[in-house]
Amino acid sequence: MDIFLQQIVNGLVLGSIYALIALGYTMVYGILELINFAHGEVTMIGGMVCIAILQALLPAGSVPLLVALALGVGGAILVCMLLGLAIERVAYRPLRRAPRLTALITAIGVSIVLQNTAMLIWGKQYVSFPDVIEIKRYEFVGAHITNLQITIVLLALLLMLALLVLVYRTRLGRAMRATAQSPDLAALMGVNPNSVIAATFIIGAALAAVAGIMVSAYYGLAHYYMGFLLGLKAFSAAVLGGIGNVAGAMLGGILLGLVESLGAGYIGPLTGGFLGSNYQDVFAFFVLILVLVFRPSGLLGERVGERA
Amino acid sequence: MYSKYLNHALMAVLITAAVLTACGKKNEAAKTASGELIVKIGQVSPLTGPQSHLGKDNDNGARLAIDEANARGVTLGGQKVKFVLLSEDDQADPKTATIVAQKLVDAGVKGVVGHLNSGASIPASKIYFDAGIPQISPSATAIKYTDQGFKTAFRTMTNDRQQGRVVGEFMVKKMGGKRVAIIDDRTAYGQGLADEVEKAVKASGGELVAREYTSDKVMDFSAILTSIKGKNPDVLFFGGMDPQGAPMAKQMRSLGLKARFLGGDGLQTPEFLKLASAAAEGVTASSPGLPIDGMPGGKVFREKFNAKYGVIQNYAPYAYDAVTAMITAMEKAGSAEPAKYLVELPNIRFAGVTGEIGFDTKGDVLGGAITLYRVKAGKWEVVETVVSGSVPKK
Repeated sequence: MDIFLQQIVNGLVLGSIYALIALGYTMVYGILELINFAHGEVTMIGGMVCIAILQALLPAGSVPLLVALALGVGGAILVCMLLGLAIERVAYRPLRRAPRLTALITAIGVSIVLQNTAMLIWGKQYVSFPDVIEIKRYEFVGAHITNLQITIVLLALLLMLALLVLVYRTRLGRAMRATAQSPDLAALMGVNPNSVIAATFIIGAALAAVAGIMVSAYYGLAHYYMGFLLGLKAFSAAVLGGIGNVAGAMLGGILLGLVESLGAGYIGPLTGGFLGSNYQDVFAFFVLILVLVFRPSGLLGERVGERA
Repeated sequence: MYSKYLNHALMAVLITAAVLTACGKKNEAAKTASGELIVKIGQVSPLTGPQSHLGKDNDNGARLAIDEANARGVTLGGQKVKFVLLSEDDQADPKTATIVAQKLVDAGVKGVVGHLNSGASIPASKIYFDAGIPQISPSATAIKYTDQGFKTAFRTMTNDRQQGRVVGEFMVKKMGGKRVAIIDDRTAYGQGLADEVEKAVKASGGELVAREYTSDKVMDFSAILTSIKGKNPDVLFFGGMDPQGAPMAKQMRSLGLKARFLGGDGLQTPEFLKLASAAAEGVTASSPGLPIDGMPGGKVFREKFNAKYGVIQNYAPYAYDAVTAMITAMEKAGSAEPAKYLVELPNIRFAGVTGEIGFDTKGDVLGGAITLYRVKAGKWEVVETVVSGSVPKK
């Protein structure tokens, strides 16, 4: 039982991170029907910038730890927001009326450019996250959970809640939903689609930055290549929940995290050792295929009318 | 009509000219302005991706040996030669490895130092064998690499059979590990080493309670570690590299998994200490060969290397010795032609940085020591060195 509970904890932590990144994919898809493959790289940049700021401030000694941490997180979010804005302006806006395939290829191009830029700035080596957070471990019915894990899950939930409020309760959210339904009609109603789309990219990038910081703090390291796999998993999570659907991305992310954890933990015993944990990813993507076969629009559906 | 024929004729002339120049390039040995013969030597390792720090290390080790040979001035058959290093990036990927191997063969290299990973070295070795070009890997330890019957495949690193045996016995007999869990990263290196450790553990009377798998791209091991925790092992061995080993050590701590953590040479790096920080404490790792300070030429090598490239990650001395072995055989044969110096490679003996270098009939390095290290106060400290035999003199 304690092992099962531990796997649930593992899955929740992993899932909250996937969910935060998945939101960025789903929001952009909801409005532009574009899969922003550079999103995983924005996550990576978030982690990298935070580490760079911490490394620059901490050895000086004059900056208190909390201030340094706040500056690191704030700086990373700011850089990623600007990056999101720049990506939209430079790579996607000129192609908004172009065939969808063109935009997809551009997205992959942007992703490669970002990856290599990060490699030039931070090098090919792994960068380690400074030991600023003192890890405290709590035991709960035999399962261990650290203060960092609790922070990750709570912060992710809080951010998701804030996003839901933004999309469904604010003026900007209404404009986003209107643009998603019909950009032309929304424009006629006085909504400026360009600024709404830019805002979508900025919000998505900010969430990605937070997720990137979480990943690098949790695993203790960051690497210019790490955005690729994270992005792929988060994209799968978005599809799983129903791409274009904000609540779906959250559900899909957490579900994918749980499936991965439980799958890797129990696939061996369940199949009598025939399949091992080497099928961890196969298991996760198999669930994705099943969902797509039986519910092609994802678990919660695309909800075209209300997507944002 | 006439002009069309003229066009065709012109085209034919152009194509012939192009083919002729291409042929000419291939047949005529390239020379420098001062009349030195240019000998190209290939180096392949992952220069991008998660293992690029190790790849660059091999590249630097080989480059140092090449630069020194050029500074010393090597004469082959009365002709002064200049060595040129052609470095290629195989991204630690078996498919890319074969592509860059073919690229080097086409570029006319006389020998190849590499690849870094066993998984890349094995498929590439077929291409070098077909082209008759000697290949010396400084770091591929998988048994299969020299077990394929390719007379072109050599290595300056001890293989996994020896390393696995030493680590497996050490875990059971010296660390009191009765219940053993093993994880590998499903690469030729990780899996091969883990398989050998498993055999040695069973032979020494230990019990294998879990065998789990991961990949060389992921950072999250909480699921498999939790599953392992349920089986209560005394020791956990990971066959893989430091980018996975470091977060694994950290996650063991946060999950409260108390088993002692061991790894192979993929973990025994300065990078591991940096990435795992506090969680590195007490981790044990084996490494083929001697500690750098115990190597006959270790101190001098480190000084030269530090001055030029900074900290040695791991395999640089072995890459250096691989290049030296190649040049030594060329000097003995009096030629840089692969067919001529290949037959001399099994006959050479010289004092390399890592020890007395010589190859057996399979291409494995003779002798070969395995050293066990443990992290103490943030540093790798030697626990013990097991020497599997001395190098017979010829």
